[in-house]
Amino acid sequence: MPAPADLATGRRRRPGRPVANRPRRLRKRVELTLFLGPAFVLYSALVLVPMGMAAYYGFFNWTGLGPLDDFVGFDNYRRAFSDPVFRGSVQNNAIIVALSMLIQLPLALALALLLNRRMRGRTLLRTVLFAPYVLSEVITAVTWVLLLQPSGPVDHAMETLGLGRFVQLWLADPDVVLYTMFVVITWKYIGFGIILFLAGLVAIPDELKEAAAIDGASSWQTTRHIVLPLLGPTVRIWAFLSIIGALQLFDLIWIMTLGGPAGASSTMVTYLIDHGFKRNEFGYGSAVAMILFTLSFVVALLYQRFVLRRDTEGALTRMAG
Amino acid sequence: MTTTEGVQTTARRRWLRLTNPFIYLVAIFVGGVTILPIVYVVVSGFRTTGQLAADPNALPDPWVTENYSAVLTSPEFWQQIQNSLVIAVITTLVVVGFGSLAAYALSRFVFRGREALYTFFTLGLLFPVGVAILPLYLLLRNLDLLDTAWAVALPQAAFGLPVTIVILRPFMRQVPAEIEDAAAIDGCSRFGFFWRFMLPLSKPALITVSILAFVGSWNAYLLPLLLLSDPTQYTLPLGTAVFQSQYSFDTARILAFTALSMVPALALFVLAERRIIGGLSGSVKG
Repeated sequence: MPAPADLATGRRRRPGRPVANRPRRLRKRVELTLFLGPAFVLYSALVLVPMGMAAYYGFFNWTGLGPLDDFVGFDNYRRAFSDPVFRGSVQNNAIIVALSMLIQLPLALALALLLNRRMRGRTLLRTVLFAPYVLSEVITAVTWVLLLQPSGPVDHAMETLGLGRFVQLWLADPDVVLYTMFVVITWKYIGFGIILFLAGLVAIPDELKEAAAIDGASSWQTTRHIVLPLLGPTVRIWAFLSIIGALQLFDLIWIMTLGGPAGASSTMVTYLIDHGFKRNEFGYGSAVAMILFTLSFVVALLYQRFVLRRDTEGALTRMAG
Repeated sequence: MTTTEGVQTTARRRWLRLTNPFIYLVAIFVGGVTILPIVYVVVSGFRTTGQLAADPNALPDPWVTENYSAVLTSPEFWQQIQNSLVIAVITTLVVVGFGSLAAYALSRFVFRGREALYTFFTLGLLFPVGVAILPLYLLLRNLDLLDTAWAVALPQAAFGLPVTIVILRPFMRQVPAEIEDAAAIDGCSRFGFFWRFMLPLSKPALITVSILAFVGSWNAYLLPLLLLSDPTQYTLPLGTAVFQSQYSFDTARILAFTALSMVPALALFVLAERRIIGGLSGSVKG
């Protein structure tokens, strides 16, 4: 594609109308400012400046009120890394990421492959699968708190089905709570994965599958060697979104358990809010925020560099065509 | 072509007939597990807390509408819907307005540092709002904006700019330069072109980014939680969470409130399903 913007330069835009150079340049500068200024100012003031401030506050012991004069160097960072609750939070985020890749991904893939055919009620199924994704995390959390309360609907249903001995204190047992959260997360987000994969599957030309079938490939071989590799880009994007989302996990946990019991379901962001806001440790909370930022940033960059690299132009840039 | 198609249809028909029962079973199971919690909340909202305590998993007997009517007649509920609406509309207008202006300049102007500026905006995709939340809170407190719609809407718009620009720029790039040249010859200014041609031509992408911004704002919890402490300013998600902790003794009432707070999101989804799914899967599919 020829760069259309080349044609937008002044000289070719107005053939036969000589314009003095300086006013034109000035005019272009004014136009640029008017077009880019609002976004630039908003983005700088409310995204970049706060990020910079967080980096700065992270070196102080500060409650958010009064003068910012208690410089403590890297003490806040040392404290975070030596706090077992924070280390547990990082670990919890990592467990959610791992479970998503090991359980959610194969499950969503398998369901998408199964449902990728003409069938009655397909549109309805698509709507149903997508519904939890549209609901807010708050509604999801409140719903599941009600469902999972001791001797509530879930426990009752399990007893009716003869599964009574598997009933747990879903949200109160430190050994169980994180896995309960994972189930709720899966309920909310698996439909998104399935729909994404279905969209990817539809884009695979039937001719390829037919050719493989004519060459004598079994249905499993076609899936394994033709369909799955072609679905690669979609899967890699899904995984990226899933990882970034899991690192930011907050709403569900905060409403369902506040990160408890005893930090068993705490994540980096619930830890950050707990210390930063509830205990007014703005300096320490900022240091935690910077650790969270660095971790997400490094993960995202590594992923872009080593996994998404193959998918020309990468993540979101090819969209909307 | 016709032969292959014929072969394929016969093969598919046979395949359909053979596997149908199993596939339908899986589909019904997965769909059921997905929808059951939502149906449970809606139906149980018609029971009393006493009925719920006796047996959490039964149909309403008798069906009572008091829970729903109590929520629907409470001014708080409507106030929260209104607050959510105001914040979502401001967020969407600001992010789409500022974002489309910037995306236009980044796609059609030639100037030094254009790509660097684009990268500067796209980097924002990697900045989670949680990281900036403490300084944002202090900043908005100093500006005396806490407990206003702006306190939530403006940061949301700022954090929504990267994805908006990333989606709009390639779209605007595809608009043929000839149109712009022709408009310029006819004396159309840069802004005139943007307003009269670029925006209408980018409508599909604009709808996608608007829906992303609106739904994101409508469902948001973290920013309202920290920036709104006045109950009259609560958004619907914040109000739902608070309601749940306040009325924990009255399960039936929480169920009705939760069911009703599902309605706007589900209604929007049903109305714009194709756009939402297309937008979300399109924005990540490539």
